[in-house]
Amino acid sequence: MKYSYKVGCSPENLRGIRDFIRGSLRNHGVSDLDISEMVLAIDEMCSNLMIHAHHCNPNDLFELHIFAEKNHPVIFEIIDDGTVFDINKFHEPELGNIIHEKRKGGLGIRLVKSIMDNVEYTQQGGMNICRLTKRVQFN
Amino acid sequence: MVQIKRLQEDGTDIIVPIGEIDASSSIELDLTIAKSVGEGFTRILVDCSALEYISSAGLGVFMSYIEEFNDKHIKMALFGMNDKVINTFEILGLSELLTIVATKEEAKQKVA
Repeated sequence: MKYSYKVGCSPENLRGIRDFIRGSLRNHGVSDLDISEMVLAIDEMCSNLMIHAHHCNPNDLFELHIFAEKNHPVIFEIIDDGTVFDINKFHEPELGNIIHEKRKGGLGIRLVKSIMDNVEYTQQGGMNICRLTKRVQFN
Repeated sequence: MVQIKRLQEDGTDIIVPIGEIDASSSIELDLTIAKSVGEGFTRILVDCSALEYISSAGLGVFMSYIEEFNDKHIKMALFGMNDKVINTFEILGLSELLTIVATKEEAKQKVA
């Protein structure tokens, strides 16, 4: 089953994105805890995209697709036309450094990598596709 | 969307975030903690019982105060988190760096 959501790059829209993910995955018997973790990871990826690649321009749109099939990993695709920020090439700072430098960022990428099994980037027709997968239990 | 209330009990400042803290609203949490520190409170509790969601932006706010609190001898404890919110702190190991307890009474003891 595929679910799609198109949204502008305003951080005020993050709440709608979270509700879209929860609503889509609840139909599939995925546990609340798994859903809440995936919501965290995708919220992080979308907020990074809005802030860093699109400077919070609400007129810039991107798409979020969710593919949920029993006994398959859940797949998220985030599709946009901004600058790609590949989190696989980013070394997340140590927690100690985050505290010392009073950084308010830097935790998010650690969170995404902890939660999701795989994050990969491709390009198709001039668009960037970031595909994130996670194996979960379907009940 | 988050709404943040503050109340004081016995010289302790209690911060009560209500709703969801994400990249669009973490600034509210930051400003509230800064205000509490600015007013000279050295005992701060965060009542998380109405906190439905926190993203890394919100976690980052708590992290950013750890050193300042150590330097200024300010004690902070968080209490009343639901399972999903506490899991968010645990994924990153922040439950080791911050004082997180179940009840207000325990939190009060931690900052006493």
